[in-house]
Amino acid sequence: MKPPAIVLTAPGTNRQNDAAFALEQAGAAPVCVDLLDLPGRRGEIERAKLIVIAGGFSYGDALGSGRVFALEAERLLGDLLAEKVAQGTPILGVCNGFQMLVRSGLLPGALQHNERGHFECRWVALQPSSQLCVWTKGLDEPVRCPVAHGEGRYVAGTAVIEQLRFEDRVAFRYAADDYPDNPNGSVESIAGVCDSTGLVLGMMPHPENHVTERQSRAMVTTQKRGHALPLFRNGVLAASAS
Amino acid sequence: MKDTPLSTSGPSFAKVIKPCGAHRDRALTRQARQLGFAGVSLKASDIFFLRGETDTANLRFIVPRLLDDAQGEAARLEVGTTTVPAGRLVIEVARRAGVTDRVAAQLAESAARSGCRIEAATGSRFEMTGAGELPEKDLRFLVHNLLCNPVIETWSFGEVQPGFTSAPAEESSTVEIVPLCGLPPEGLARINNERALALDPEEMEAVAQWFTAEGRDPTDAELETIAQTWSDHCSHKTFAARIETDQGEVVPLLRQLRETTRAMKAPFVISAFDGNAGIVAFADGVRLAIKAETHNHPSAIEPFGGANTGVGGVIRDVLAAPARPVALTDILCFGPRELDHHNLPDGVLHPAVIEEGVVEGVADYGNKMGVPTVAGAVLYDTGYTANPLVFCGCVGEVLRGYDKLSGPQPGDRVLVVGGATGRDGIRGATFSSMTMDATTGEVAGASVQIGDPIIERLVADLLVELLDRPDPLVRALTDCGAGGLSSAVGELGETTGVSVDLIAVDRKYAGLQPWEVWLSEAQERMVLAVPPAQAAAVLERARHLGLSACDIGEFTGNRRLLVRHGAKQVVDLPMEFLHKGRPVRRLRAVLPSPDRRPDTRHRKADIPKTLLALLAHPNIASKEAIIHRYDHEVLGATVIRPMAGSAQSGPSDGTVIAPPQRPSGFALGIGVNARYGLYDPEHMAHAVVDEAMRNITASGADPAQTALLDNFSWGDPRRPETLGDLVATVRGCCAAAQLYGAPFVSGKDSLNNEYVASDGTRRSIPPTLVITALAHVPEADRSIGTALRGAGHVLVLTGRTTREFGGSHFNLVTDDESGTVPAPDASAPARYRRIHTLVREGLVESAHDVSEGGLAVTLAEMAIGGRLGIEATLDDPDECSALFSESLGRLVLEVRAENIPRILESLGAEAKVIGKVVKSYHLHLGARTWTGTDLEHAWRGSTS
Repeated sequence: MKPPAIVLTAPGTNRQNDAAFALEQAGAAPVCVDLLDLPGRRGEIERAKLIVIAGGFSYGDALGSGRVFALEAERLLGDLLAEKVAQGTPILGVCNGFQMLVRSGLLPGALQHNERGHFECRWVALQPSSQLCVWTKGLDEPVRCPVAHGEGRYVAGTAVIEQLRFEDRVAFRYAADDYPDNPNGSVESIAGVCDSTGLVLGMMPHPENHVTERQSRAMVTTQKRGHALPLFRNGVLAASAS
Repeated sequence: MKDTPLSTSGPSFAKVIKPCGAHRDRALTRQARQLGFAGVSLKASDIFFLRGETDTANLRFIVPRLLDDAQGEAARLEVGTTTVPAGRLVIEVARRAGVTDRVAAQLAESAARSGCRIEAATGSRFEMTGAGELPEKDLRFLVHNLLCNPVIETWSFGEVQPGFTSAPAEESSTVEIVPLCGLPPEGLARINNERALALDPEEMEAVAQWFTAEGRDPTDAELETIAQTWSDHCSHKTFAARIETDQGEVVPLLRQLRETTRAMKAPFVISAFDGNAGIVAFADGVRLAIKAETHNHPSAIEPFGGANTGVGGVIRDVLAAPARPVALTDILCFGPRELDHHNLPDGVLHPAVIEEGVVEGVADYGNKMGVPTVAGAVLYDTGYTANPLVFCGCVGEVLRGYDKLSGPQPGDRVLVVGGATGRDGIRGATFSSMTMDATTGEVAGASVQIGDPIIERLVADLLVELLDRPDPLVRALTDCGAGGLSSAVGELGETTGVSVDLIAVDRKYAGLQPWEVWLSEAQERMVLAVPPAQAAAVLERARHLGLSACDIGEFTGNRRLLVRHGAKQVVDLPMEFLHKGRPVRRLRAVLPSPDRRPDTRHRKADIPKTLLALLAHPNIASKEAIIHRYDHEVLGATVIRPMAGSAQSGPSDGTVIAPPQRPSGFALGIGVNARYGLYDPEHMAHAVVDEAMRNITASGADPAQTALLDNFSWGDPRRPETLGDLVATVRGCCAAAQLYGAPFVSGKDSLNNEYVASDGTRRSIPPTLVITALAHVPEADRSIGTALRGAGHVLVLTGRTTREFGGSHFNLVTDDESGTVPAPDASAPARYRRIHTLVREGLVESAHDVSEGGLAVTLAEMAIGGRLGIEATLDDPDECSALFSESLGRLVLEVRAENIPRILESLGAEAKVIGKVVKSYHLHLGARTWTGTDLEHAWRGSTS
């Protein structure tokens, strides 16, 4: 049976259909649930085997990216996301979803304005680097996909970075340190981090926008396309196991 | 949060200051330096003004929860006078009351959710160093260009007063009667002028006559309604005018375009020049709606807001089709970036400032809506300094309920959904139909709207829910654009009649006059005609999404436009007079007589330098600094993106969009070349249609299944020469559409793009025609880009090169004026179709069209995109023409060597092998060689 997946959205989320398509391709059965649909549809989240928090501009990012999303999720869901993690449910936050997870305290660090001061959309190469993270475990090829954000510069105190490295929680790094490979000036080129269980992954780039051959056909001339579908397959695998 | 002691005395509001951070300070300082203020450094902070339940405990709760940032600079609370460090100038800016402010609204809402009832307003603080020696005039220039736009903000040295919007105001219901009957022409002209109606004298006369016959004078709202409805913006009166020329009267321009389309009988045209957008259905049965609009005047005075709401407006046109928006385009025309600010006309913002604001405005709306911005162009010319142009286009997938839209029936309810109504953007339609001068920025303040893309995102979700079903809950819909409710309600009720009560309209704040509610162009609003039985359900769904939704009246059956404010009558006009009463405009045109004699001049040039100069010319140089600020990937359907090659280093021609669930998709191509228009408007039209067709052909789309859009931005059509250029251009458009078998399905004109300087001299923009091609891509998996794919491949030039330099970029960089504008190429359409067949057979690796700068630029760009080299030979003794002529109808194809026979067999004498792709990154043309690095450095500038 296909594991039931939730794509969690808030008003202003805009990549929910992209995320749902990627989950379908990876073998999950996704439905979108918006914070506006709560508490009515809380049960669906409780029953979900996998959760993706999709990208976009929740609440217009009016008080800083992901902040109101996190506050409203806390108001409407309480500790449900933390409880899901405790039950072994993998959670992926992409872009605005990552920002929301950081604001919620489920992931460490912060996402500041890009170093260049404006929104940036371009394809990047990502080096998967964590064997703890259920989403990146076993990925050895670099993943290629676009970034599309204005506030994606990952920062954290040196002690936190040290701990992330020590605990194998840096899930993705941009291929190189300099702009434009590292498109936002993230510390240590960090593109994604996971929590201490390895179940919760937050990342700025959009793996959901590279799950078919066609999406990269004009960009890639070699066989190593860097598909992101294996990332979603990993998530579905972990969901089935939970 | 710093531990600042709070006192209960002092100002009646609390103030939280939050430094924006180093990224913002760097950007501002860089921009100040670009404007010529070398010694100035800036530091920016956001200001949040709070009042209401702002006792210490509440503030200590709110500030860290809603405003402070982990890892960033801390917000601090300030009470009392601002302290100014020595050597610094402090400038504070506050958003004016009534201007859309999502941050303030969200802050108040989130605080309320946390149990604190506060009102919020926002502003900015700038600390400036190094400005000590600046003359007051320069300082003001800097403030108005970089720190504050007085159209939407107030500012002061030191502390500014916040603009709380929820200040209680008296609800007003004043309806003014404007005495018109019996006035002599001068009296009518005075009212026309005072009220900025922008009507022609004959139209004022017709209005006065009608009211005289009725035996009464108009209300303020009636006069405004007529002015909006009869504006060039809403009624296209120039395109519908009777035009007299030396060669007799010409068929009205809009009719020429319509009849051209009708005569072509293209099976894929579902709806052309009707409603909010053109609709086509290509071979895969998917119906697409397409529309492009301009937002030129608003972008001149408030670049961010103008461009932002330009995008929002065209998206609503497509939503009203009704369709789900899937792609955006933007074509931007600016004055030169490096213009000395001392040479700027009075009251005009600096071109670099306009460009920054416009690009940010386009990016902000599209990115937040979640619709990819995928195609466009950017042009620079001194003619655009006072009149920048912002063309915004949108493509949508038509919703299933389209077939069931029957139009309003008597008894249907009039619902307004989306944003609430405020005092923003009043008189936009008439404003856009006026000439600008030095005071325009001040008097037209209320004409500028600020958008809220998140509201429009939710409006789109609501409409999909209501209309993407076989039994839609809505019978008709339109968007509130120029003219606000007056246009939208007036249009929707044209055939039935409609009666509304303005008291029922949701307001952002109290205090609006009835005519302001009626005319407001507050953004993100749609008007729906809904059967009474469904109205409650529609309102409920809209409110569930957090949208404003109100039922303001009903469609009648009496064919009158009736507007009241409670018991008070505001408008009572028959639809017949409103929509048919405008006297046909009569205009005179002097047709241009372009020089088309054969060019006998053999040109010589420093070829190595000329190519680098062309690549570095702002019109040709890489637009990546802009393109990468637009999300061109959202929805996951982007196949050919605006930057080409694996390093996204080259320019694309057409872009291809195909949802991953479907084999087919569509391509978008853009043609624009105002320089040709200066010399030969008719041939310009051919040239830009050809460019749009080349673009879509180069990306793998089917030129036989292509629809076109026309967008004209022009000067004042009441000047016979300006109108003559327009007449010649429309003639060229119609002829080109027939030649290529590509019908026009929609269009828009923006006229009066002129500026009157304080010394009385007029400046008009160059005649600017933008053509958008929307083409079917039968197999998206076969689409191709412009970047070279592999060493060993062969390059084939298709089409004929002749000596055509009029309006060329070769002329521009060599300071030459001679030559003729490229002539139409009658053989191009058949050739493009053959190329399409070859692409479908998988025989073409990449393709790039020859446009501004000629063949040399095309080859350089293909090399840059693929980071591969080219070795090509030229057997033409006229080297300049071979390399830099801009003859139409040409594409360069990259082909595998084994496929050459098949290519040549298909294209015959129209194709010629010119060289091959090599691994070493250089361009070798005849006897000359450029390194790839030099080419890339010239083309990409500091961005590489």
